[in-house]
Amino acid sequence: MDLFGVPIQALLGQLMLGIVNGSFYAVLSLGLAIIFGVLKIVNFAHGAFFMLGAFVAFMAGSYLGIDYWAALLIAPLVVAGIGMLFEYLFLRRVYGLDPIYGLLLTFSLVLVLEGGFRVAFGSSGQAYATPEALRGAINLGFMILPEYRAFVVAASVTVCLATWYVIERTRLGAYLRAATERSELTGAFGINVPLLVTLTYGAGVGLAAFAGVLAAPIFHVNPSMGSTLVIIVFAVVVIGGLGSIFGAVVTGLGLGIVEGFTRVFYSEFSSTIVFLVMVLVLLVRPAGLFGRTEG
Amino acid sequence: MPETARAHASGVDAAEPMLRIENLHAWYGESHVLHGVNVDVHPGEVVTLLGRNGAGKSTTLKSIMGIMPRREGSIRIQGEETIARPAHRIARCGVAFCPEDRGIYATLNVAENLELPPPVRPDGLSTDEVLALFPNLQGRLRSAGSKLSGGEQQMLAIGRILRTGARLLLLDEPTEGLAPSIVSQIGDTIRKLKEQGYTILLVEQNVRFAMTVADRYFILDQGRITDAHDKASFEDNFESLMASLGV
Repeated sequence: MDLFGVPIQALLGQLMLGIVNGSFYAVLSLGLAIIFGVLKIVNFAHGAFFMLGAFVAFMAGSYLGIDYWAALLIAPLVVAGIGMLFEYLFLRRVYGLDPIYGLLLTFSLVLVLEGGFRVAFGSSGQAYATPEALRGAINLGFMILPEYRAFVVAASVTVCLATWYVIERTRLGAYLRAATERSELTGAFGINVPLLVTLTYGAGVGLAAFAGVLAAPIFHVNPSMGSTLVIIVFAVVVIGGLGSIFGAVVTGLGLGIVEGFTRVFYSEFSSTIVFLVMVLVLLVRPAGLFGRTEG
Repeated sequence: MPETARAHASGVDAAEPMLRIENLHAWYGESHVLHGVNVDVHPGEVVTLLGRNGAGKSTTLKSIMGIMPRREGSIRIQGEETIARPAHRIARCGVAFCPEDRGIYATLNVAENLELPPPVRPDGLSTDEVLALFPNLQGRLRSAGSKLSGGEQQMLAIGRILRTGARLLLLDEPTEGLAPSIVSQIGDTIRKLKEQGYTILLVEQNVRFAMTVADRYFILDQGRITDAHDKASFEDNFESLMASLGV
């Protein structure tokens, strides 16, 4: 069976791969959106924390024998800790200044982290084994889907839903939304906003590290694995509307799918399509699809 | 009262004011907006700050809460110096703020708005007691904060700080833009709170409203206290005060 002259198998196959990529975009842009909402900082280092998550999993595995499942929990916590230290020591000094300072500061962290890992491990990358339990494949009829990729989608969706639940349904989430909306007033109500900001940054980069561990068996663990991905993630966040949590997740998955389809019809264009969508969305809705316009 | 007992035990004067502001200066960026404000408020009093627009009334309240970019001088709450503390630690001294724009969060529903400030003293009102005080809020707990009318938002803003157990309330123009029936309901609430021993520092443009609740008055002009009156002297000088306030 063909659709627009393309075998439906190929179409569904690319759709599945698009959903896998979209899962990474969703988790990464979710973290970026939370950080931007509370800190009003565009975290340029997000891709570096993604890479750091993958490297922590890799190092924990090769030096300490920590397996994938433990790394999936430990690496995000370690990276969250590093992120919180960075926020506490450096990032909080640029709040309230021109946004360019936050951008430069987080970008400088990218250079330091990527440079450091390049010196230590080289640029070529390290293989990270797929966990044994997920080495099989599922026959979907139209394609053979590796179990691990199915797991990536399930884990990403679960993490996004859990994050949504914490933000929308818990007291901590109410503090977070309050601080996002009016941080000064929230402090005047007796809520420790500086601590909340530190925790938010930790949670945001922890999400990036979680995505990094998920990515480790699929991509080679290498120092620049974050930079290539994060450019698309920035486009996703801009399309979804900066600071919109729901928008980040939906746009992330949606653009993964759009990319997948583009690969079927005109594969040379698949790495550009996201930016074309970004331009079109910004022309029609300058605040992004789910963003609130000021005023 | 454990507070009084502690005050006596530590040898602090029992007449220690609830709030004592001395030589308070505050700045927005380069602009120096308060020039040495002195105000004291005693336990159980309702004190009103009056003054023209831009005189520094709201700035004084924001300075007390620690949400001005820069402030200097001395602000003691129940004898504790708070000038160097961050906002969240000032709130924990038992002072709560109801801002001029009411500060209702649009992204939080009514229940979340109400329960946002953590209790700072044990004897705050429960959510049910707040709803009994402001029946208009009943049945609206799941509505978004932005869906409330102005009057309902004001009730939510006052109810929210009563839950914390704070005994010193800073109210910034609680009657602004509200219908007369709501204004009288707010007035009843303030009198009820006063009967229960709350201390209130009120900023008001509506002088006639202020006169129904206030014990004492401070007049602010260009960031300085220029005049102070008790109830009797305020009424005696009513005409000239109204003229000088431009109302």
